[in-house]
Amino acid sequence: MPSESDTPPGSGPDGLNELLIFGDPETRRVFLKQIAATSAALAIGPTLLNVPGLEAADPAITPRKSLSENTVNVKLKINGKNFALDLDPRVTLLDALREQLHLTGSKKGCDHGQCGACTVLVNGRRINSCLSLAVRHDSDEITTIEGLADGEQLHPMQAAFIEHDSFQCGYCTPGQICSAVALLKENHGNSDEEIREWMSGNICRCGAYPNILAAIKEAKGKVRT
Amino acid sequence: MNPFNYSRASDANQAIVDISANPQAKFLGGGTNLIDLMKMGVETPMQLIDINRLPLTQVEELAGGKGVRIGALARNSDVAEHSLIKSRYPVLSEAFLAGASPQLRNMATVGGNLLQRTRCYYFYDPAFPQCNKRNPGSGCGALDGFNRIHAILGQSDQCIATHPSDMCVALAALEAIVRVQGPKGEREIKFADFHRLPGNTPERDTNLEHDELIVAVDLPDLPFAKRSHYLKVRDRASYAFALVSVAAALDLDANKTIKAVRLALGGVAHKPWRASTAEKKLVGAKADEETFRAAAEAELAPAKGYKDNSFKIELAKRSIVRALSAVTSIA
Repeated sequence: MPSESDTPPGSGPDGLNELLIFGDPETRRVFLKQIAATSAALAIGPTLLNVPGLEAADPAITPRKSLSENTVNVKLKINGKNFALDLDPRVTLLDALREQLHLTGSKKGCDHGQCGACTVLVNGRRINSCLSLAVRHDSDEITTIEGLADGEQLHPMQAAFIEHDSFQCGYCTPGQICSAVALLKENHGNSDEEIREWMSGNICRCGAYPNILAAIKEAKGKVRT
Repeated sequence: MNPFNYSRASDANQAIVDISANPQAKFLGGGTNLIDLMKMGVETPMQLIDINRLPLTQVEELAGGKGVRIGALARNSDVAEHSLIKSRYPVLSEAFLAGASPQLRNMATVGGNLLQRTRCYYFYDPAFPQCNKRNPGSGCGALDGFNRIHAILGQSDQCIATHPSDMCVALAALEAIVRVQGPKGEREIKFADFHRLPGNTPERDTNLEHDELIVAVDLPDLPFAKRSHYLKVRDRASYAFALVSVAAALDLDANKTIKAVRLALGGVAHKPWRASTAEKKLVGAKADEETFRAAAEAELAPAKGYKDNSFKIELAKRSIVRALSAVTSIA
């Protein structure tokens, strides 16, 4: 189960926080801490989400020390940046991303490969990062939701998800988008039925499926594979 | 998850030396089942030997038209989409694509798929005290428990678990050969001999030895397999294990008389179930619904259901009829 700090605030459509789904990994956690500190949660509007200085409040990323002495050195290229980590071999790729590198866009839903919230791209292919040990990925190129946008320019799939309101709580959305990006690359999804089948590894408890389908259809028309 | 040592094998020989040295070691392939079972505390290996860098990912034609060889580390998704498999063994491609999700198929290997463990709830959750497969001698929690997904054929009173693989049902129908390498060299295991029925040793799923590495799966040449189909019946339209599945291939003459047939069932037994009784009834008969139903009745005659899964007996019969009808209508 996700920890409390990962639960998106219950904001209505006007309060939809793009940062939750598409944005910087750490700002949300810092942001939520700030809410707690100022008891200002009720006053949150979209404009407050881009408070200047959040970046500065970001604690430096310092990978946690492993509890095990039996660590393995792993080099990972994540969203174009190189990282060298000493990892307990038990650490999954998902936990390495979230807990070591603070890339919390990839979500832990079921942690058993049944929901798809942890979907990332490894060497261009979508996988469930919760069922893959990080040490297995030495020298692999990993793309997470944080790596899809080109600077300020959202990936067409991200833009389509916003355009079609393809989420409610947003927890499954990073996995849905990574999976959908891979689907385009695989050249699957040439009919509604096919898209549904090839997206079946991503569960949405809010039931945003019709809008997810609409977003993928639109992005498919825009992205040349 | 229990602590373990991790090592990467540089070649097959090294992998076999490493695993021979440690009875508590396991090979790590795609990990989609093993890592899950380790999280559950069902599997507790002391060492994982990562074999993912071994050069065993090819799908290639065997010399002399003898069929196709699939490397043990070929990913499920790659085999499913391979032109040799799609054109010559569509039943296998369909079986792969009916299994799991695109993400899991990108991870899962062919060798690992052979070694998938049952999804029986009583096996998968150590909170249940009874499971002869997980803890020999402890009893079977499913016998008098919730047994909707359990076996109707070939089970014992020690274990009524089913084998969860789709791929394996197609491989049973195709009479695949599993090639394994051990300290004494390579050997071939006929598919029918690879998985075991539970009997009094349900803790052993297969006849693979601890120190053996699966290196490839061979598909013998079978021209009529071009006319084949995999039917999967499950609780959801996608991304669910089979309640019942059928792999079928038919060789028909111009009058629709059955010259040869391959038929295997999934979701009904501790191993992929080759429907030999039905096959014998089918050969020489006319390919029509009446024939198919008679063959299905014969195959399921020894079936035994439990409190929650008796529906599978009729479901299996109807699935056989539907799968064979679908294959018959393939041009």
